[in-house]
Amino acid sequence: MTTATFMLYFFEAITAAAAIALVLVRNVFYGALLLIVCLLGLAGIYVLAFAEFVAVTQILIYAGGILVIIIFGIMLTTRIADKPLKVEHANIFSGLLLAGGCFSLLAYVLTKESFLQTTVSTQVDRFSHVNTIGISLLTTYMLPFEIAGLLLLIALVAASVIASTSKSKSDVPH
Amino acid sequence: MFPTEHLLILGAFLFSLGLLVIITKRNTIMVLMGIELMLNASNLNLVAFNLFNPGSVDGQMFVLFVIIVAVSEAAVGLAIVLQVYQYFRTSVTDSINEISE
Repeated sequence: MTTATFMLYFFEAITAAAAIALVLVRNVFYGALLLIVCLLGLAGIYVLAFAEFVAVTQILIYAGGILVIIIFGIMLTTRIADKPLKVEHANIFSGLLLAGGCFSLLAYVLTKESFLQTTVSTQVDRFSHVNTIGISLLTTYMLPFEIAGLLLLIALVAASVIASTSKSKSDVPH
Repeated sequence: MFPTEHLLILGAFLFSLGLLVIITKRNTIMVLMGIELMLNASNLNLVAFNLFNPGSVDGQMFVLFVIIVAVSEAAVGLAIVLQVYQYFRTSVTDSINEISE
């Protein structure tokens, strides 16, 4: 077993364990931390799968952006400061049935299909992808790139507008 | 040789766990976390299928755009959660059950 294969198994185990713990945990704050462990494990898998730029983007945006947003959300929706925000579980049977059915269907299809027999050679793909991504962002993917910038601007304005006006239920005249 | 089938099975597993989180948790922020998990499972699938044609970066570009949309979704979603909390004084999904007075 080579070092790269061992690292791949290691990151896969971390990701799967963090996702299972995210299902079982009751404290929402621990849930946010487990989610970020899962996403960082995915970033490690991306590095081993020759997607370096995606891995760096994943770490920057998820660990730097989404984790902060989620923790802000948790802290702003907790009523009592010293009591941790617990979450109750509901619909456990139907949830397990649907998720188990979904996973078994996907696993059946994925293991049955013939593309799994073609393992990818790692020797072909030694060059860095960052150069190619930078060039194709400004040539082939020019229009989606600009639209993504516009979408981010719209989301920024929308989030600040939605979050700024506050109206309580007791303020509204019935 | 790179074991691509591990990545596909792990993607399916993460997708199912995200679905389970969305269904069973009764807090809106946990539901948003489940959506993030499902989006990342699809990203993992895109990266795994990009391994089949080396030299091309189409799958990775798709991952980048999915990440951008996920960020927008998280920002607007958490703003909506904050407004709902301001109005109903709770973030439990089952007790948010009226549209208007």
